[in-house]
Amino acid sequence: MSVSIRTPLTFRDVPPGVGLEAALALKRPAVIATLRAADLRGRGGAGFPTATKWNLAAAAQSKTKYVVCNADEGEPGTFKDRVILNHFPDLVLDGMLIGGYAIGARKGLIYLRGEYTYLRAPLEGILARRRQERRLGRAILGKKGFDFDIEIRMGAGAYVCGEETALIESLEGQRGEPRNRPPFPVDTGFQDQPTIVNNVETLAWVACIFAKGADWFRALGTAKSRGLKIFSVTGDCERPGIYEYPMGLTVGELMQRVGGEGAKAVQIGGAAGRCVPAALFDRTIAFEDIPTGGSIIVFGPQRDMLQVAKNFMEFFVEESCGQCTPCRAGTRKLLGGLELLENGRCSIEYLSELCRLGESISLASKCGLGQSSPKAFLSIIRHFRDELLGRPAPATS
Amino acid sequence: MLITEHELLKDEIREWCVRYGADRGALLPILQEVQHKYGHISEFAMQQIADALEIHPVEVDGVVSFYQFLHTRTHGRFVIRLCRTVSCDMAGKDRVARQLENELGISFGATTPDGRFTLEWASCLGLCDQGPALLVNETVYREVTPEKVHEIVSACRRSLSAHAPEFSQEAAS
Repeated sequence: MSVSIRTPLTFRDVPPGVGLEAALALKRPAVIATLRAADLRGRGGAGFPTATKWNLAAAAQSKTKYVVCNADEGEPGTFKDRVILNHFPDLVLDGMLIGGYAIGARKGLIYLRGEYTYLRAPLEGILARRRQERRLGRAILGKKGFDFDIEIRMGAGAYVCGEETALIESLEGQRGEPRNRPPFPVDTGFQDQPTIVNNVETLAWVACIFAKGADWFRALGTAKSRGLKIFSVTGDCERPGIYEYPMGLTVGELMQRVGGEGAKAVQIGGAAGRCVPAALFDRTIAFEDIPTGGSIIVFGPQRDMLQVAKNFMEFFVEESCGQCTPCRAGTRKLLGGLELLENGRCSIEYLSELCRLGESISLASKCGLGQSSPKAFLSIIRHFRDELLGRPAPATS
Repeated sequence: MLITEHELLKDEIREWCVRYGADRGALLPILQEVQHKYGHISEFAMQQIADALEIHPVEVDGVVSFYQFLHTRTHGRFVIRLCRTVSCDMAGKDRVARQLENELGISFGATTPDGRFTLEWASCLGLCDQGPALLVNETVYREVTPEKVHEIVSACRRSLSAHAPEFSQEAAS
């Protein structure tokens, strides 16, 4: 049984090493300039410009710097990083090496989620092979003064560790509780040293950009969201799986391609994303409109949106690290509200209060997890009120 | 635990400290080794690790209690984790859950009296296109049906009675 890859993937056309060789032929500032020309933005979902991140770390004064590959893919509905690590690991490692070269780091860490432990042994094998090929270790590809090695570290089942500062805390042997930002990891990261943390897919695109040229990447997508994106599509559609499209596709176009035309809603961006009803399917998937780390979950006409909202809220109650009150206590309150709705016992007054609470959680939470935790709740309440209010009390058994 | 077992664990922790470095950054890898080998992390183990890394045992306990894959209590030889997040939910995880409870005679969060199986929920396992999905220790099972639950549980039981050292690994893709 294998994953369904439904479109041709650029990663298949880019042989390992080509991007790395092209990047190492450039001077360090030119590497970052190329990325800036390509206008690559982070593929984990936040969309931060990769060149800006790398430039800050490159400019930071320190002898020790780190490159971290964020392979803690925990967003509900995403599995593209698993597929990339499984089928195109060399591109990701090439991307890490290019990052190490660009910022002047000698060490890379892959933070692999505990749920993907079965990927560890194959990856260790690839690292060993690369050390023999001089694509890791000392004087990489014969380039004097560029030494770089990569270590794999395992997560242990905490969604919040996908947040970059929580990930760094975890690498340091701490509870995975996000830090205040600033300072940002680019100057105070792993072991307080300048650190770039990039998503698996971002690093693979870095390798492709150096192999195929910044202009190739820049010509795709929209003005604010350049290039291609990998989507993980699941739910009520005929063809779930992995898709590659340029950024800026509309939700409706995507639904046609995945066989989800009848959908009444699509969750874009996973539990931390938002729910888009059919009436808004002309909106585009791009950082300037509806951003996503790649998770697309399709809901058919028969789906009970209350159950969907409840599943997302249960997820956040479970995964909140508990460090700050708005998220720890707020997510529980919102879940309680959904349970009232389920029993047909929620007043509109109280529902409005919960929506205001949701906005407070977004504003007052410390990290991205907390800030995005009410998004699914709020968008489902907004678009599916009719479906949620005044339910008959469930029959007691 | 017998004194000799304590001594063994002490030696192992010393070895892991050499491998991962005797500093705070080594804490998670060392805990994962203990968890992997013993199925849980005892108070004795936490104290030993704290001594080795020169940190307070409460710090170790704080880390262990934070991560879902680290346990202070004895866990079954096979930990079955069924994904309950939305895609697997829509693909029918409720029926798989029910059948797991029926086959094992325990509910979620519990361990069978013979210490062989622990049944737990998991958040998204990243197998959303092939749900319902579950993990048995580190092995993934995709598109699990109630019927398949019986086969999975039987395979675990067989591998124990055959004294097979490791559970057969399904090819991961």
